[in-house]
Amino acid sequence: MTTVHIGCGAGFAGDRFDAAVPIVAALSRAQGERFLIYEVLAERTLAIAQRLRRENPEQGYSPFLDVYLPLVLADCHRHGIRIVTNMGAANPLGAARRVHALAKELGVRGLKVAAVTGDDLLATLPEAQIRGEQVIEGIALDSRPIVAANAYLGAAPVADALATGAHVVLVGRTTDAALSLGPLMHVHGWKPDDLQHLAQGTACGHLLECGAQVSGAFFPDPGFKDVPALERVGFPIAEVGSDGSLVVTKPAGTGGAVNRMTVIEQLLYEVHDPCNYLTPDVVLDLGEVEVEEVGENRVRVSGARGKPPPPTLKATVCVDAGWLGEGEISYAGPNALARAELAASVVRARCQAIGVADEVRVEVLGTGAIFRGARRDRNAVVPATAFGEYRVRAAVRGSTRKIAQQVSDEVLSLYCSGPAGGAGVRQSVTPQVSTASILIDRNKVRPQVTVVEAS
Amino acid sequence: MSVVEVPLHAVAHARAGDKGNRSNISVIPYLPEAFAALVEQVTEARVLAVFAPRGATAATRYVLPKLPAMNFVIDNALEGGVNSSLGLDGHGKALSFLLLGEIKVRVPLDCIPVHSPYREQPAG
Repeated sequence: MTTVHIGCGAGFAGDRFDAAVPIVAALSRAQGERFLIYEVLAERTLAIAQRLRRENPEQGYSPFLDVYLPLVLADCHRHGIRIVTNMGAANPLGAARRVHALAKELGVRGLKVAAVTGDDLLATLPEAQIRGEQVIEGIALDSRPIVAANAYLGAAPVADALATGAHVVLVGRTTDAALSLGPLMHVHGWKPDDLQHLAQGTACGHLLECGAQVSGAFFPDPGFKDVPALERVGFPIAEVGSDGSLVVTKPAGTGGAVNRMTVIEQLLYEVHDPCNYLTPDVVLDLGEVEVEEVGENRVRVSGARGKPPPPTLKATVCVDAGWLGEGEISYAGPNALARAELAASVVRARCQAIGVADEVRVEVLGTGAIFRGARRDRNAVVPATAFGEYRVRAAVRGSTRKIAQQVSDEVLSLYCSGPAGGAGVRQSVTPQVSTASILIDRNKVRPQVTVVEAS
Repeated sequence: MSVVEVPLHAVAHARAGDKGNRSNISVIPYLPEAFAALVEQVTEARVLAVFAPRGATAATRYVLPKLPAMNFVIDNALEGGVNSSLGLDGHGKALSFLLLGEIKVRVPLDCIPVHSPYREQPAG
């Protein structure tokens, strides 16, 4: 039986820059077809990428392409490890050209690069039509200009791109699971109606898509569930047979752990109804899945079942949503809570006095702010003589950058105009995007594969 | 076997994820023998009561006996979600620990792992 090895080098844009290096070393020693995937596109990331592309038509791919790929491209090509990633973002063709340029800089010869396009609905449909589709989640699509609108493509176009013989495949918006399922369909010859295999492959993709979240990260709770050497956590590798058998593991000599607990936590991560997890390829049913430790840091996952996919694709539509302004300042030592609360009341009064119309939140971190009203002891009384350490945080979602900056600056001004001992101000003002999920007839979406030549 | 009342944290681990304004939190027993007690005691109504002060409007529970695990889907738990929350944790990543800390369960002592710190202070 053929076994495909798939390693995941990143679970989000900003994941550890060199995480893929041990994966590439492990894959280079494995037999059979091997793939390295990177998942870097959050829902809103495409809006930012789309803006960059408008400013410069060569841009709009993930800036992490230049962070992740230089470390591994030469070794992957030498050992026949193929790379599949959504670093194409808003510009898969531009990303493919950038990969060629990187290959040239690194002295990598004979690299074949393919791009998958067709997810960008703004490129193919009139805006009015996008606005007319059913919103299933998120904001109403009123008259605000659409910054980005992308359908979630499935695994078939990824498989088609690999069928060209490409060593590197750049996609924009696909399901995260498609980054794994595409290679599996390509190598194992699984067809779109091969639902049981597609279900196991989708489970594989779901387990890999957040990187080390399946192999011991986002997991440790010291004294309760510990893993060794979190600072060297090994990112995951899946071994998937042509019969759909699936083992999750990680490179030897790395930290972290792959066990029943880490795998079950990730299996249910961001899943709603576990018996009906909708993807463009298959409706995944995890109801009968079994998770079994079959060796050290080796977990077998079996029993995923598949049902036919829905006739619609999900698409994410992004619109501008103003600016988030934040400011923070700390108070420590005796009577710190009272000084922090005084600071908070000053900021609230100032925002009112200068006429900030948007809702401003001012809270004291250290008093249950994270859980916001859901903790019983949120009103606990702290004696004035007690040592404490508290941080005041103000936040606003302003319609303009000016409002966001003003609220943030009201915290800054506490340095000289607030309570005693205010310390450690940090400020941040960032543009915001809101999203709506819509359903779109899959016949309106035409994925396309392009082999991009070196210039 | 003595029965103890402890936070869910003594008996189960959990992970929170977000989609829009919905949070999902898995609840997974450390020991399979604790599962029946969790299914009986960690109900939709009790979970909703934990998150209602934040604005949550419904909690739906999915039970997966083969793992074993439960998955809770909590509507409107995220103050609008990561795109519109004014809170520090728009994703609700910390909410798994709110659930583990707030829900109390009554279980036989052997449902708590032998090396758990709760074995030393079973009153939690």
